Amino acid sequence: MQESEFSFELDGTDLPFEPGQSIMEAATQAGVYIPHLCHHPDLRRNGSCKLCTVKVNGRFGSACALPAQAGCTVESNTSELQEMRRQIVQMLFVEGNHYCPFCEKSGNCQLQVVAYHVGMVDMHFPPFNTARQLDASHREMLLDRDRCIQCARCVRASQDLDKKNIFGLAGRGMNIRLVVNSDSGLLGDTDFSSADHAAQVCPTGALIRKDQAYPCPIGSRLYDTPISQHTIRQDARHD
Amino acid sequence: MTKPTIATCSLAGCFGCHMSLLDIDERIVDLVQLVQFDRSPLTDIKHCSEQGVDIGLIEGALCNAENIHTLREFRRRCRILVAVGTCAISGGVPALRNRIPVEECLNEAYLQGQGIDQPQIPNDVELPLLMDKVYPVHEVVHIDYSLPGCPPPADAFWSLLTALLEGREPSLDYPLRRFD
Repeated sequence: MQESEFSFELDGTDLPFEPGQSIMEAATQAGVYIPHLCHHPDLRRNGSCKLCTVKVNGRFGSACALPAQAGCTVESNTSELQEMRRQIVQMLFVEGNHYCPFCEKSGNCQLQVVAYHVGMVDMHFPPFNTARQLDASHREMLLDRDRCIQCARCVRASQDLDKKNIFGLAGRGMNIRLVVNSDSGLLGDTDFSSADHAAQVCPTGALIRKDQAYPCPIGSRLYDTPISQHTIRQDARHD
Repeated sequence: MTKPTIATCSLAGCFGCHMSLLDIDERIVDLVQLVQFDRSPLTDIKHCSEQGVDIGLIEGALCNAENIHTLREFRRRCRILVAVGTCAISGGVPALRNRIPVEECLNEAYLQGQGIDQPQIPNDVELPLLMDKVYPVHEVVHIDYSLPGCPPPADAFWSLLTALLEGREPSLDYPLRRFD
């Protein structure tokens, strides 16, 4: 296979990259989808959800955090990796309360579409039946922590793009929770707005607008069709 | 040659999955050519045949002691057991009560709710006891295959059943793999 100066091999195909790009960025630019949740093109790298785990020269690594390197061989769409991703998504589903049938985000939910993409059809693990604090104090936005996967997208968006620093993650391991930076700990007591970047980036139904309910009919939602170049671009634009 | 047998059963569900199975429309005629229906709300047979059935479809979650008993009996009689729909797979809508202690649920429904005449919590030996929480079926028995959806699309039923009857490993195409 011809190897140009800045290219690497992803699942047998040569992909060009610009120096400094992550494997994820190079793949997205080429229209190749690598499942991810905490990664967002407008936000600084996080590397926490591990869904984008790929094999680089035979070793596991996060595609969103690893810089692309000339000549390296990356495996992504393999049965081994898809199985590992499926287990990660199953664990995310049982840790929270992700009930798609009545969730407003269904059809436009990245957690759901990643589950579809990796072929998840059941939960496998016993559900935790979590009961975290629900915050309905804000006029425009609802924070349902039971649907939060602690990806820190809103944390990063609020800090870096909105310069408001409204969200944070507190606790460790199993006890990690999304917290709100106000004296009361309530979203209604912050200057958070539905126009903020942080309000647009949640990959699940954890942080949603109150006044929209089910904004588009089944069949015309973003993920009613499989992940493709089209939806990857839409993702990058407003998710 | 005897036809393969199919049984269906509903626990804490809404029968929407059974409705979706019927939504395979005229293919139901093809299906009854291929299989013999055993226990099912559609046949009104209450228990599976002694010799067991080939494929069992179970809809609904586990919310009371009777559900558990029914599921265990059904599992014993089914060679292949398929969890059908969100309630069976994850608890679904019935599992909404899992956030609330069962005593509070009963108090709200039978004692403190609006417009209740003669408030009392039903307590009859004929009534199955509620579980502390609503459980998905895989917490109690082994499940061979799952058909997600609320309800699963009719074509998903068709795809799964034809695969099992032809001895193929079931695999759902993207449009048939729905959680809602």
